[in-house]
Amino acid sequence: MTQNFDAIIVGGGHNGLTCAAYLARAGRKVLVLEQRHVLGGAAVSEEIFPGFTYSVCSYVVSLLRPEVIRELELAKYGLKIHPLDSVFAPMENGDGLVSYADENKARKEFSRFSPRDAEMLTRFHEVMYKMAFAVKPIIGYVPPNISKPSLRDLGTLKEFGQHLQGLGKDTFHELSKIMVMSVDDFLAEYFETDIIRAAHGLSGIIGTMLGVRSPGTAYVLLHHYMGELDGAFTAWGAQQGGTGEISNAIADSARSHGAEIRVSAPVAQVIVKNGSAVGVALENGDEFYADTIVSGCDPRVTFRKLVDEKDLPADLVHAIDKFKYRGSSGKVNLALDALPNFPSMKDKSLLGGAMEICPSVDFLERAYDDAVFGGFSERPYMDIYIPTVHDPTMAPPGKHVMSIFVQYASYNMPGRGTRDEQRQAFGDAVINTLSEYVPNLKDIILHKQVLTPWDLEQEFCLTEGNIFLGELTLDQLFFFRPAPGWAAYKTPIRNYYQCGSGAHPGGGITAGPGRLAALEILRDGN
Amino acid sequence: MSRPTPFHSRTGPLCHGQSWANWAGFLAATTYQPDHLHEYNAVRTGSGLFDVSPLFKYDIRGRDALVLINRVSVRDLSKCRIGQVFYAAWCNDKGMIFDDGTIFRLGEDHFRMTAAIPTLSWLQDNALGLDVAIEDVSEQFAAVALQGPTSRDMLQSLTDVDLSGLRFFRCTDGKVAGAPALISRTGYTGDLGYEVFVRPDDAESLWDAMMEVGDEFQMLPAGLVTLDLLRIEAGLISIDSDFMSVTQTMFPVQQLSPYELGLDWMINLDRGFFVGRDALRHEKAHGSRWNTVGLELDVTVLEKVYAEYSMPLQFPYTAWGSAVPIYLDEPQKHHIGRGTSGMWSPVLKKYIVIARVKPEYAKLGNLIWIEEMVEAHSYSIPARVVKMPFYDPPRKKA
Repeated sequence: MTQNFDAIIVGGGHNGLTCAAYLARAGRKVLVLEQRHVLGGAAVSEEIFPGFTYSVCSYVVSLLRPEVIRELELAKYGLKIHPLDSVFAPMENGDGLVSYADENKARKEFSRFSPRDAEMLTRFHEVMYKMAFAVKPIIGYVPPNISKPSLRDLGTLKEFGQHLQGLGKDTFHELSKIMVMSVDDFLAEYFETDIIRAAHGLSGIIGTMLGVRSPGTAYVLLHHYMGELDGAFTAWGAQQGGTGEISNAIADSARSHGAEIRVSAPVAQVIVKNGSAVGVALENGDEFYADTIVSGCDPRVTFRKLVDEKDLPADLVHAIDKFKYRGSSGKVNLALDALPNFPSMKDKSLLGGAMEICPSVDFLERAYDDAVFGGFSERPYMDIYIPTVHDPTMAPPGKHVMSIFVQYASYNMPGRGTRDEQRQAFGDAVINTLSEYVPNLKDIILHKQVLTPWDLEQEFCLTEGNIFLGELTLDQLFFFRPAPGWAAYKTPIRNYYQCGSGAHPGGGITAGPGRLAALEILRDGN
Repeated sequence: MSRPTPFHSRTGPLCHGQSWANWAGFLAATTYQPDHLHEYNAVRTGSGLFDVSPLFKYDIRGRDALVLINRVSVRDLSKCRIGQVFYAAWCNDKGMIFDDGTIFRLGEDHFRMTAAIPTLSWLQDNALGLDVAIEDVSEQFAAVALQGPTSRDMLQSLTDVDLSGLRFFRCTDGKVAGAPALISRTGYTGDLGYEVFVRPDDAESLWDAMMEVGDEFQMLPAGLVTLDLLRIEAGLISIDSDFMSVTQTMFPVQQLSPYELGLDWMINLDRGFFVGRDALRHEKAHGSRWNTVGLELDVTVLEKVYAEYSMPLQFPYTAWGSAVPIYLDEPQKHHIGRGTSGMWSPVLKKYIVIARVKPEYAKLGNLIWIEEMVEAHSYSIPARVVKMPFYDPPRKKA
C-alpha cells in the first residue's frame, strides 16, 4: 500500500502535531504517524484505571509558546489551563514552607524563617524576572550557525546582542553567573534559610542527572522561569483533563486544516534515496511517500534508528552518540479514594498547588548521591500535583488522582534484579518516603502506576528515559542542540527534518521546536 | 455605608483580604482569594458560588400583573409561560434604558422582577389604574448563584427537584438543603448555572450545605471581580460600565436606548403600548446613534508597543469598565465610538472588548482602532468586530 503526501511527521507527540498543524495551515497535505494507540507522546492523558485519568508523563505547563496558542487557535480546540499559585514543602520537623504567588503573603511566610530572606525574595524575583526576560527571545529564534553564519543568522545575533545590551550591567553579570554556577550556590547568594534554598533549588535539577550542588544547574532554574501564562511570567499551570488534552487540542487544530493523523502506526524507517528522504516504511510493511519527512523523535531515534548511518557525516554520528540523555526521573501516578492529609499543612487549599518533598538541601544532594552510580534515591525528591482539586474531569466526584514526579531514578539499576523488580522497589521507595509526610497515603491508594526511566523509553520512545529528549544543560542547548551545525531543524539528508524537543528550544511542553521546524520547512519551499 | 447580606457570617471569614465592594448598599466580596483567577477558573471548570442577595426584587401580583409588566418591559411578557424566566430591559418614555434584569413568571398573575437599581416608585407610577399589588421583596430573599460545569450535579445533590428537567431560563419551587427555595436556571456568567432564592433565615444553612459538598464539585466561593470577567465573556452588558440608567444621567448624550445596547432581539414594536414604544419606533425607522459590538484586539501589535519600552506584553487581568476611545484610523483622526468593558480572557486567550460604535462601522469583521495607554503614551491597537457572546459553551443550554 502506498500513498503520497506533501509531508509526513514521524511521531504524534505535541511537537510533531504542532509541526503538522503549521504545515497543514500552510496548505500542505500532511500525515502524522504515531506508534502508540493514543496521541501526545509524553504529553498524554490516559485512563489507566477505570474512571481515573492520569497525565501519565508530563503534568504541568508553562513554556507553551503564546504564539502557538494564538496561531493554532488552541483555546478554540480545548486548551484550558488552571494556574498553580502555591508551593508547599513539608519539613522533617513537622513544619512546612509555603511559597505563595502573592508577594505579601510569601514575605510574611518567609519571615517566619528569616526576615532577611523575606526581603531578599522580592529582589530574587526581580532578578529572575529580568534574566528570564533577557533570555526569553532565544526561545523564538532559529539557532544561528555560528561557524558559518548566514545573513539571517547574523541578523539574529545582532538582534539578540542588542537585546542583551539593553539589560544593564547588573542583570548581565547575574546572567553570566547563572550560566556557570550550581543552583544552590546561586541561591545562597540570596537566601540563608535551608528550606527556602531547597524549595527553589529543585527547579535546577529537574530532568538532569545533576545535583543541586553541581555546576550548571543554576541555568536549569532559569529555564523554569521562562514560562508564562497569559503573559504572566514564571507562572505554571495544569491543563484540564491532563496534558494529553493539549496534544489533542493541537491535533484538532491540525485536523481542522486537513491533516491526517494515525495512531498505532509505528514507523520502522525513513526511506532515503540518493541522499534524499522520500518516504517512510511502517513496521507492518506499509509505505508512505512524501516530499518532506519530519521526525518528532529524539536525536538518537531521528539519526540512529530511523535512518542509516551511511547517509550521515561521521562527525554528526559522533555528536549524536555523545548527546546526553541519562534520564534521571520517574513518575508515579496514583488514584486516590480521598485527599491526602499532610499534618504539616495548615491551609488545605494548598492541596490545589504544587507540593514538594525536598525538606533540605542535603536531602536533595543525598537523593542525587544515591543514584549517581545507577539505581534510584532511597528517599527521592518529589514534585506532587493533584489536578482533581480543580478539575472535575479526571476522577469521579470526591476521588482524586495524584501525579508524582520523582527524581532521581537512573536508567540502569544495577543489583536491583529484573526490570519488574526494579520498578517495584522504586515504587515502594516513593510511597514509603511520601508516607512519612502523608500518614494516610497507603490507606487511600486505589491504583498505582510506576514508570522508571526504562519504562519511559520502552513505552514512549524516550531514549534512556530522558523527559526532555536530551538533557537541558548549556552544552546541549541553542546552537548545540542536538549538534553544532545541525540545530536549525535540517539534517544532512535532504528533505529530512527534526521537530522534537531534542531540537531548540528543548524540552517541556513548548511547541517551540514543532513551530520553528515547520517555519523552516516552509521557508525552504518544501 | 454598606450592610451585611444574610450570608455575611459565612462569606466574611472566607474573604481573605476583606476586600468588599458596595453593591446596592450591601457588602459584596470582590475577591475571596488573593488571586481572583482561581475563582474564575472554578466557574469555567468546576463551579463558583456567588452571593447575589443585593439584587432588588419586586413581586407584582393581581389581575393586571401581566398588563403592568408588559407596559414597562420592552420585551413581550405574554409569551413568558409560568415557570419561565425572561431577560428584559425597561425604558423611559424617550426610549432610553432605565435598567435590565430577569422577570420570573411564578403564576398566571404573579411576576417577580430583579433589578440593579431601585424600581418600586417607577413601577407604582406605571400601575395607575391597574389592579395590581407591587411589593418590594428585596430583603425577603437571600440569593446565591451557583455557576459552572459541575453546578447541576452539585445542586442536584442538595435538592429533591429533578434538575435534568429544568431547562435554560426556567424556574421551579423546591427544597434545597431542606429549605424552601426558588430555583432558576439563570445567571450572569454565560455558563451552565443556577440561582437559588431562599428566606434570609435559611441563608446560612444553605451556604453551609453548599460549602460542605463543594469540594467534591471543585467549587469555590467567587466575588465580583470574577463575575465581571465572566459576564464580559458571555457578552452581557453591565450597568455602570456599558450603560448608565437614564435615572442616573443628567444629559441626553449619556443616555442609551436598548437598540444601541444590542438588545434589539427583545424588542417587539408590533404589540400594545409599552413605555418608550413610540420613541423606539422612531429610532427603528430613523436609525440609532450607536451599535454595541464585540471587539478582539490584535495583541501582537500591543506586544510590539510594549517592546518599544523593553517591557513584556501586559494584559488587563481584571476587567476595565471605563470609556476608551475608538477610531476609524490609526492616527486617531476619526473618533467613532468607545470601548466600555474589556479584559484578557483566560479561557479564550484573547483580549476582548465590549464597545459602542457608530452603526456604519459595526459590521462583523470590520477593522477599527482602539486606544491603549502604554507608559502614559496613547497608541492605536487594531481590533476586529466579532460576534458576541465571545464565549458560549453548549452546556449553557444543554
